Amino acid sequence: MRTELRRVWQGTALVAAALLAAGALAETSGAAAEEASKTGADWKSWHANTDVTDLPSVQRGARNFRNYCLGCHSLKYERWSRLGSDLAIPEKLLETDLIPPGDKPTQYIMTTMPAADAETWFGKVPPDLSLMARARGRDYLYQFLTTFYVDPARPTGANNLRLPTTAMPHVLSELEGLKAAVFRDVAKPGEGGAVGHEQVFDHFEPLAQGRLSPAEYQAFVRDTVNFLDYVGEPTQAARRSLGVWVVLFLLVFTWLAWLVKREYWKDVH
Amino acid sequence: MSVKNASGAPATLPSTKGATPSPLWAWINKRLPVDQFIQDQLIGYYAPKNFNIWYFFGSIALVVLALQLLTGIFLTMFYKVGETTSFDSVEYIMREVNYGWLIRYLHSTGASAFFIVVYLHMFRAFLYGSYRKPRELLWLFGMAVYLALMAEAFMGYVLPWGNMSFWGAQVIVNLFGTIPGIGPGLVEWIRGDYGIADATLNRFFALHVVALPLGLLLLVVLHLVALRTTGSNNPDGIEIKEKLGPDGKPLDGIPFHPYYTVKDVVGIGIFFVLLAIVVFFVPTLGGLFLESPNFEVANPLSTPEHIAPVWYFTPFYAILRAVPDQRWGALLMLLAVVSFLFVPWLDRSPVKSMRYRGPLSRIALALFALSFVALGYLGLQPAEGLYVVLARIFAAIYFAFFWLMPFYSKFDPVKPVPERVVYHAH
Repeated sequence: MRTELRRVWQGTALVAAALLAAGALAETSGAAAEEASKTGADWKSWHANTDVTDLPSVQRGARNFRNYCLGCHSLKYERWSRLGSDLAIPEKLLETDLIPPGDKPTQYIMTTMPAADAETWFGKVPPDLSLMARARGRDYLYQFLTTFYVDPARPTGANNLRLPTTAMPHVLSELEGLKAAVFRDVAKPGEGGAVGHEQVFDHFEPLAQGRLSPAEYQAFVRDTVNFLDYVGEPTQAARRSLGVWVVLFLLVFTWLAWLVKREYWKDVH
Repeated sequence: MSVKNASGAPATLPSTKGATPSPLWAWINKRLPVDQFIQDQLIGYYAPKNFNIWYFFGSIALVVLALQLLTGIFLTMFYKVGETTSFDSVEYIMREVNYGWLIRYLHSTGASAFFIVVYLHMFRAFLYGSYRKPRELLWLFGMAVYLALMAEAFMGYVLPWGNMSFWGAQVIVNLFGTIPGIGPGLVEWIRGDYGIADATLNRFFALHVVALPLGLLLLVVLHLVALRTTGSNNPDGIEIKEKLGPDGKPLDGIPFHPYYTVKDVVGIGIFFVLLAIVVFFVPTLGGLFLESPNFEVANPLSTPEHIAPVWYFTPFYAILRAVPDQRWGALLMLLAVVSFLFVPWLDRSPVKSMRYRGPLSRIALALFALSFVALGYLGLQPAEGLYVVLARIFAAIYFAFFWLMPFYSKFDPVKPVPERVVYHAH
């Protein structure tokens, strides 16, 4: 009896100790995760966390696109008027603040940069962004816009972790500031037993402060990605809200159909 | 109005019970046997009363076919076939045509749903021996429907002219190039060009919207005529026609209409609930029903990271890639599809239904279903390392299911089959 009791106590103590240890570990790993997020070590797990029904966010994203992206990138499947009505932007405001001079609301959202010039300047025509959120995913866009770093070896002076050797210059550096990427040398088994080397990204180091704080810049990118998500499928909010009613109708219909079936099948023995 | 039936089945239609037929209706029936058709094919057609959930998928497949034809007609009104117009016109449908997005998602989700339903329908046949004598032709027509459906789905998949459409077409059409001798010439003849190009897109459109749907409809009619001739099998694998009542009707049968029409509506309702959940909330299903590389226009200079066909072809694609030599791989893939045709003659069990079969048949079918799903998964993964090893193991199980069937089905101990079907009234 005594030994049994002792065993119970020992067991309880062990479990408690394990729980405490796990808690402490979680605490330290929480702090470590925060640190990793700050230095960019965990950039591959960054999520856009956008919500396309957050209208003010999509509106801010439209503004950001107009100010920072439209110089080079088009949205060739979206009309200005569609953007205005979907995003509840008054017609007057749309015409004075968003539509480039000379364009009409019924026109598609097109950059004014000639493709031939773009080819000369960047080596390739900047892609249309209408479907980029659907083709690559929101997280991809978020990671792309947050992992630019200074790289003097590149013609644009900037490189990117998500899309290495990107042709795009870091046009948002004015807002984000500049950062350097620190790589570490990792030995990896090469062919025939030789030891090869690999440059693995370790962390970012800030070089110069931008106009926005890191948190503000993340919010800026988030809004922009949210806008591109909307442009990828402008009907998505309507789709989901209609879907609720369709599914409810079908459930009621199926239930009634089942009642009819049960009535008919009463005489099958 | 009453229609006398030689066998004395319910003589009046429920909808017109006790009512005198309108002169117009009588006029029509003198010239076209509408009432007679309904009487013979729906009311006078007796189906076993013990159908379970597996028997929903035939009627659901018919509904999906109708859905695809209907949504397809509307898509054709706005789709503009051509290398430079196809992709743009699909986006035009998605954005600027009223409810175009709904029509398009119904069509794209419907394509995947068609295969889910058809695969479950085929599994049912394996479960209860529905392909066995006297239903061999019924099975063969069903398989012909399946083959036509594969061609239809493949060509439809190319039409939006996304990058995966392009590269998928490239891979699949090139398989014909592995045929010795005529291969390279044949591939050129199929494409109508030296690469997948405008000419290919145009002919795939013609086949997708005219030739194959007509063929599909004809084959479905033949499938149904064969079904009405032999009558349905059932979960017990007993021929209900062998136990007739004094009225000459099967004792275990009930009129298809109204009993199975009202029951099938419930199944169709449940199916539409699931379809609507996908269409309205997850139309791409995480890249499984609509793949992300297909949101970029076809580009012969940029290959997607992993080229894989849509999920419903991946079991066969995994078998293709499991073989190091492409020619043998293509041959094995062909065999994987063709093997289904021989099942009525490979199965030597004295009983039809799995209910009365022994452990060997059950284990074989379970392993086959597992290997089919596993190959489907492996076909979506890159062909490297462990994935290839697993694909080889599951491909071996896949073929063993078919080609060892004459042995395990023959020696498998069976249980006695009851005289009448097992049915518990609810």
